[in-house]
Amino acid sequence: MITAPDVVALTHEDDYGEQYNDDSMPPFQFQSENPWSKTATAKFEKDFILISEFSEQVGPQPLLTIPDNARGNFDLNYFSLRIMSVDYQASFVGHPPGTSYPKLNFVEDSKVVLGDSKEGAFAYVHHLTLYDLEARGFVRPFCVAYISADENKIMQQFQELSDDFSKASECLKTGNRKAFANELEKKLQDLEYTRNVLHNETEIQKRSNDKGYYSSVAIEKANELANVEKCIIEHQDLLMQIRTYSHKKSQDADYFSYEPEYGMQQSDVGLEQLSNTDELCEKNSFSDRRSYTPKFTRAKSAKCFEKKLKTLEELCDSYFFNQTLEQLKQVEKFFRGDVCYLITSQIEKKLLQHQRLTSFLFEDPLLFTDVEQTEKQLRSDKLLPAFNILSPKLLVHPCLSNEATSFESYKSCVESVPIKLDQQVNAESYHGTIAESIPCKNPLASSDYLELEGKEKGSISSGESIEVLGTEKSCPAPVFSKSESQTNLQCQHPETGRRKFVVTKRTNSEDSIEVLSTTEALIPEDFKATYPSAIYEEPALDNEEEKQLSTDLMQPDANLDQGNSFSKADFENTITLPVLPEAVDSTCCIGKESPSFTKSVPTFVTEEYNGVVNVPPQRSKTMDQIFHSDLSQQVEGNGLYCADDRVLSNCEKQYNDVPGIGEIAQIPADEYLDNMSYMSASLYSDRTPSPALSNCPTKRLSGKHKKQSGKNSLWFIRQYSFAQQAIFSLLSGRTLVIVGEQEGKVKKLVNALSTFVPHCGRDSDSIKQWVTFPLQINHLQTWKLIGLQRTASPLGTSILHSLNRYSRYISILDCDNKTLRCPQYKGQLITRLADHRTQIKRGSTYYMHVHNMLTQLCSQAFLYAFCHHLHLPIDERETEELVTYRRVNFLKHHLGLTNDDSKIVQYFAELIKMHYLHEPGKGLNPVLRFNYTSSGVFKI
Amino acid sequence: MLRWLLGGRDVQEPVEKSLVLCIGDEQIQNPYTELQVLKGHSDIVRFMARIDDLRFASAGDDGVVFVWNVQIWDLHTGSQIYSLTEFQSSVKCLMIIERLDVWLSGADKVCTWNCQAELLCKTTCFKDADVSSMIELPKNSIATAVRKDIVIFKLTPLSSESQTWEIIEMRRLSNHEDDIRALISVNDNTFATGSHVGELIIWDSLDWSVRASESQFWNSAQQSDKPAEIKISLTSNQHETCIHHLSSDRENVFAAIGTGIYVYNLQTKTVIAYQQVAHDSRVLHIAKLPNNQLVSCSEDGSVRLWELQELPPAEPATSGLFSMWGIGRPNKQQNQMAKRKLECSVLKTLELTGDLIGHSGAVRMFLYFEGHGMVTCSTDHLVILWKDGERESKLRSKALFQKLEREEQYDA
Repeated sequence: MITAPDVVALTHEDDYGEQYNDDSMPPFQFQSENPWSKTATAKFEKDFILISEFSEQVGPQPLLTIPDNARGNFDLNYFSLRIMSVDYQASFVGHPPGTSYPKLNFVEDSKVVLGDSKEGAFAYVHHLTLYDLEARGFVRPFCVAYISADENKIMQQFQELSDDFSKASECLKTGNRKAFANELEKKLQDLEYTRNVLHNETEIQKRSNDKGYYSSVAIEKANELANVEKCIIEHQDLLMQIRTYSHKKSQDADYFSYEPEYGMQQSDVGLEQLSNTDELCEKNSFSDRRSYTPKFTRAKSAKCFEKKLKTLEELCDSYFFNQTLEQLKQVEKFFRGDVCYLITSQIEKKLLQHQRLTSFLFEDPLLFTDVEQTEKQLRSDKLLPAFNILSPKLLVHPCLSNEATSFESYKSCVESVPIKLDQQVNAESYHGTIAESIPCKNPLASSDYLELEGKEKGSISSGESIEVLGTEKSCPAPVFSKSESQTNLQCQHPETGRRKFVVTKRTNSEDSIEVLSTTEALIPEDFKATYPSAIYEEPALDNEEEKQLSTDLMQPDANLDQGNSFSKADFENTITLPVLPEAVDSTCCIGKESPSFTKSVPTFVTEEYNGVVNVPPQRSKTMDQIFHSDLSQQVEGNGLYCADDRVLSNCEKQYNDVPGIGEIAQIPADEYLDNMSYMSASLYSDRTPSPALSNCPTKRLSGKHKKQSGKNSLWFIRQYSFAQQAIFSLLSGRTLVIVGEQEGKVKKLVNALSTFVPHCGRDSDSIKQWVTFPLQINHLQTWKLIGLQRTASPLGTSILHSLNRYSRYISILDCDNKTLRCPQYKGQLITRLADHRTQIKRGSTYYMHVHNMLTQLCSQAFLYAFCHHLHLPIDERETEELVTYRRVNFLKHHLGLTNDDSKIVQYFAELIKMHYLHEPGKGLNPVLRFNYTSSGVFKI
Repeated sequence: MLRWLLGGRDVQEPVEKSLVLCIGDEQIQNPYTELQVLKGHSDIVRFMARIDDLRFASAGDDGVVFVWNVQIWDLHTGSQIYSLTEFQSSVKCLMIIERLDVWLSGADKVCTWNCQAELLCKTTCFKDADVSSMIELPKNSIATAVRKDIVIFKLTPLSSESQTWEIIEMRRLSNHEDDIRALISVNDNTFATGSHVGELIIWDSLDWSVRASESQFWNSAQQSDKPAEIKISLTSNQHETCIHHLSSDRENVFAAIGTGIYVYNLQTKTVIAYQQVAHDSRVLHIAKLPNNQLVSCSEDGSVRLWELQELPPAEPATSGLFSMWGIGRPNKQQNQMAKRKLECSVLKTLELTGDLIGHSGAVRMFLYFEGHGMVTCSTDHLVILWKDGERESKLRSKALFQKLEREEQYDA
């Protein structure tokens, strides 16, 4: 029996809560100035997403930001100009030589990172082009940019940003293709109608003509008719192209469905109907054809500055537009917060995936991916092949590698592009890359346009010209102008025969923008022959240079290490870390592959150049594939995510009922540090927390929950001298029932002890906060921590009787009398785990301390469960006793567990075994394991 | 314990008066340290029948038969093959004689059926009586219990070639003074019956004569020493002398009489061991397991494990006072009163080695599966499987490494 009256005297339950007040607020919401902030120059508070357009009428203009009010006094117009100006990869729609019809160029999006020292902003810019029948050259260039004050964040999250933005862009483009096809169909009907009208008129003219020669009117009509017919053929061709492309794309195994999974779950709109867009397009167009009344179109359209351009929503079909906005909102929420937090979460999650066998015990069940998710990940990775190419293996010798497959997709480039660009066109390559050179005329109904087509050739001067350097396929050393960046090197590409390169070069410019992009000029197979001059970017990371850089590569890692040691030092003052005896070779059973974080090092490529980033950001290998599955889980609407909103789900409300939660004190600034390690000092980019991995509400909630339960746990172990006994019951699989009259009190205790409950499996719910009926034996199978109502009613009596009956299987904590009946604990482990004299003051710290020890226990249990010789004889001659002896010996000497401590590990091992053996298809068949041991009663 | 629960902070519980043995929470010899609740029934589960080494069927008042597997926990529901409605009275017992390819049903008459559910022959009706149980005897004979009487029938083939049978009443034995509650076959030559007033008669299977008769177990046990205070404290249940269930291991007959269990040796024709108050309430089922454990289950919801030990035992350390709530502390002084030794005729003693508490209603019966454990069914609608935790852990380890190996092969 353990009593500690001194503790009780010192900390009264009532004032305790105030004394150690943990916040339930997010760690970023402190108002004080962030001393590490480098963003004094930044004119905006939070990261935001900007969509802007290069309008053919007014030039670059911002369209919208996400969130709406995030821009502060940031000059969006100026920044739009900046980001749109680097869209050197203008996609061409026009008449390639040798063909008489305009061709659509299906260009993949380009992705660049740029910095602006004046605004203190760094941006990931994703350029895309949408088709618009009325636009110049049929294309409308847009860009979606993620703007942050933290350059590191952009660079390190480049891959994730790129993936997410690609999805959003794909969604927009799918909608756009659909809308464009519809528009074309309508136009075709108009044209056909016009042709009929003209034809009739011509016939009338012919009939009325008896003079033997054609009047000028008749000739004009005939010309008009010819033009219309040409127009029809062109439009039919365009329609065919867009359909073929859509069709090809959907057939492509790599095609990423624009439809994000969560959209399916989220929206009530009949999404299933939309799942096959192409079919739907056909259907729609078919119905459109019926409902649409064609009208006579004039040959000449209005002047381009007079016509009203379509809005983005009109361009993309409002459903897809809203979907994209929703996606982007999720992206914005996802990337909130400091980059180090994002990275830690990613690493944590990645590492947890290696521990799938044990992580179910104490980790948030949503954190580790199950089989489905992994499959989903694989899928999404496959869908975006261009991004996988950034794996370090391929990066090592991009130029020397002979693997055609890798080059097929390896099209990243490092380039610097000036704001002002001039264009040169290589003699052999096709000139007409620039849409600007086409006069602003509606090309659709205009016969003038067709006439003009010939004149266009070669005329590529424009006020705001872009310099495009075409390179021949055989050209080994492309012409470079003097460039500030030495990285503008080009590799020889084995596939030059198929594609020609256009390399932009940079002229001197004061404020340089470094552009990095992974682009892929994708030309449908059947158009390649006729239209070979796709824009193509070259990977330019020189081998040598990379080696040179490799010293810098360690930087992010060094940060990590520093952070780790820092936090460890912090712990050492207060916690005696349990030391695993050296004799244990932890790899002996786990296998050789350990989650090697160091492998990822070469993938960090950073180079500082005049304060501007100049190197393609590479994703750490360990952080691979994190966001896709995560993003697809973001099944939530708006309110829950708003950092300022304290919208709570039901479950969260439950926790808020618990007394002690309501008391919210001032949050010290270092609360944040308490919550995470000192990984990075760059705390500046955001003042809102990143939900990061806890993105969907349950996850986010669990973060809060963790904190609260950590705080309650701390309160419990200080307040109740028999805490260790209670914790032992939970850790050894004995159900703990907390009986009390007041729901709030009981729930608080349940919450405090929930940290110590090992989960039996994914689906099972081990914790019952408040039960008001007599317990049955089958409840004890799954519920490991139960809050039970004590009432004076007959029902209350039968509740107590049931407790009495099953008293050999349960430990009972009497909340009202502060007594505990359970088997006595004999061991050291829990003494360290729940020391009532602990110096830890914060719930979150304590939670981490507990988790640290529990994780260690889990790994011991894993080792114990998966060591063959501990459970089965090595050969037939061995007796059962020998194996048992070995097992006991292992627990005692190798794992250093004595007495009851080994029971904990054995229980964990049993859970691990059951979890491993559990077939996914079958329901969980929990078993109740117990010991026949006597219990004692403990008082405070 | 209950007092503690009810709020008294005083841990010192007054000693509760009870005669029932108590074993406490520390049960070193109890191997059952893992249990699994099999849920499926929606009403009282009355009966279970073994199908093979792994499977058993359970049936109850909800009219559903569940087939369970003690190993992999798959659940099948039985489907109805035949429905027979030619009965005037409810069927109380069924018996299959595989040797003759027939089965019999006992109600107000005994009917014989073939496997195609065709009625082959039947007896005349018993007046105001039903056949409560029947067993097969040698030479195609059948013993049935009809109220106080044992009625012997014989199945004789009408013609040698056809599968037609005639059932003839051979003998009516009226030795019992009250209704027969239990009828078991002990071995090839012997069968036993037990009646409501506690008479146990051992019969010869061939000539249907009485080999031995034992009545009033209760009195014989009381005669040696009868402290008056014990009688006063006995509840009505504990006075009961009804034989609820009999079982045998060919040498001994184990009788569940009232709240007690008795071991009757066939050779010496005496009670060699007994436990007057083995349970708080009626003992409903008793059996000796292949591992030499004697198991009894009772209306009080518990299953108890006993071991037959040679006399004279030392003062047993494990036995204590079985308090009303089951977790009182062992109290040796009280215990001595409860543990009455029989006179010299008693050669052995029944030692409580463990109890299984899981059901919240009367435990109707249990089945034992060698190498897997024990299954109990109860009025609380549950079927519980009791297993040896250590063995299960070992089996799981084995399965785990097999699965690992499979996965390695699959990967390779």
